[in-house]
Amino acid sequence: MDGFIPLLTIFMLAVFVGFEIITKVPPLLHTPLMSGSNAISGITIIGAMIAAATPSTFTTVLGFAALVLAATNVVGGFLVTHRMLAMFQKKD
Amino acid sequence: MNPALINLAYLAASVLFILGIKGLTHPRTAVRGNLYGAAGMLLAIVATLASGEVFGSGVQGLGVILAGIVVGGGIGLTLALKIEMTAMPQMVALLNGFGGGASVFVAGAALFDAADPTTQMTVATVASGIIGGVTFFGSLVAFDKLQDLLLPGKPIHFPGQQAVNGLIGLAALVVGYMIVNDPSATGLYWVLVGLASIGGLLLTIPIGGADMPVAIALLNSYSGLAAASTGFVLNNNALIITGSLVGASGLILTRIMCKAMNRSLANVLTGAIGPEAAGGASADEVYAGKVKSASPDEVAMLFDAARRVVIVPGYGLAVSQAQHAVCDLASLLESKDIEVEFAIHPVAGRMPGHMNVLLAEADVAYDKLREMDDINPTFAQTDVAIVIGANDVVNPVANTDPSSPIAGMPILEVDKARTAVVIKRSLSPGFAGIPNPLFAADNTLMLFSDGKKAILDLITAIKEA
Repeated sequence: MDGFIPLLTIFMLAVFVGFEIITKVPPLLHTPLMSGSNAISGITIIGAMIAAATPSTFTTVLGFAALVLAATNVVGGFLVTHRMLAMFQKKD
Repeated sequence: MNPALINLAYLAASVLFILGIKGLTHPRTAVRGNLYGAAGMLLAIVATLASGEVFGSGVQGLGVILAGIVVGGGIGLTLALKIEMTAMPQMVALLNGFGGGASVFVAGAALFDAADPTTQMTVATVASGIIGGVTFFGSLVAFDKLQDLLLPGKPIHFPGQQAVNGLIGLAALVVGYMIVNDPSATGLYWVLVGLASIGGLLLTIPIGGADMPVAIALLNSYSGLAAASTGFVLNNNALIITGSLVGASGLILTRIMCKAMNRSLANVLTGAIGPEAAGGASADEVYAGKVKSASPDEVAMLFDAARRVVIVPGYGLAVSQAQHAVCDLASLLESKDIEVEFAIHPVAGRMPGHMNVLLAEADVAYDKLREMDDINPTFAQTDVAIVIGANDVVNPVANTDPSSPIAGMPILEVDKARTAVVIKRSLSPGFAGIPNPLFAADNTLMLFSDGKKAILDLITAIKEA
């Protein structure tokens, strides 16, 4: 339990931070918000890298599969968000 | 590299993600915000590469990682550059699913690799397996429905559906308990993921095509929760923080979408809306002898004396690819000193904010895109409101008839404008399956035509007048 409570604390606080900042995002930008959150939820990529680096072949394969999925999220998410946001900016 | 330094890098990455979302609170700062997010991700990846676990794994491990990043990055790059803006809901659905899938594999690998897993780790692994599996297959169904591939867009129901869902949920909990009790039974993890996958399929098929904005927002939230739960598996703060941000974001959007449709989440998830449940008047009673059809020339004459025009786009606009034509019409009207604004209903597109993106792509300035609550009070001072491809969201019955299936749904009050012009192919009903008295109102003119053709005809008529 010793390690769990600090993690739970971080989790709860982050949920509140999330609610605070995300309610301030205007509906105008809700689609980029979703694709952008797809991109950052690709943070699983760091777990995938650790799994891919394990000595066992089986977990390496699992890690590789996770890497492909997470890397798609990271690259696809940030790039498509950028494409959309640039459209909102050009008439500024 | 020192583990403390790596954790500091993860902290910095988390801060950059939060600043990135904060940037999205205004279009001016949004591009920079997205770059902050990308920088945070790069930092997290580099720090992980430098960690003892990864860097110490030698050439083979690093080779696998590089290969995975190249393959996934290539898929992401292709998707992001090729995708049409109208297909953005499909792209987000797919990425939601990939997020869930990645969590399933990472949590699974950690379970197999662990010599003596703690209870926290096994419980979190079970949660990742369940949420991730539901997210992956639920998102595939959502993608399929949006893309109109295999499944019909309308809700799929079968007898005993709730009981079957309940049994699968129960079975998943039992298997989950067995894993926590005896973590060495790793094979059970795949049973668990299998059950969650079937659950994901069954939970999404009863959701109707028009309710997909809610489903995608909810799956977005799940993909975040799956990542957070994987963070508990790995004892990793960056995953926990990021996952909870995404989870919160998805939940907020889900709530906004439900509100905009005046439906409860439970009602959307069970697909429990039936056109036949409709009370109120029949189409004949509403329309007979009262609908006034107009030609583009007649509509063009309205603009001679108009000072303010509001355009109300619905999804039909995107279907007929009329975004650019509408933008041209707006510019033409502005050149005649007419004030033009766009009224955007929260569910105007196929996902939260979708219509704004479609119009921004067609070069409409974002300050002309007005939210429902802002623009509704201005319809009384509006000379002409042009409705293109929208129906239920401008149906005044929502405010006037408490027995209507859309009663209480917030609408754009187009009927308050001096003249409403409705561009539509026919008098066919919208998703709610009910007639729209707006079409028969004294101050409404119907322009029966394909959306894009009608706008082009209108532009020609105005230029010739």
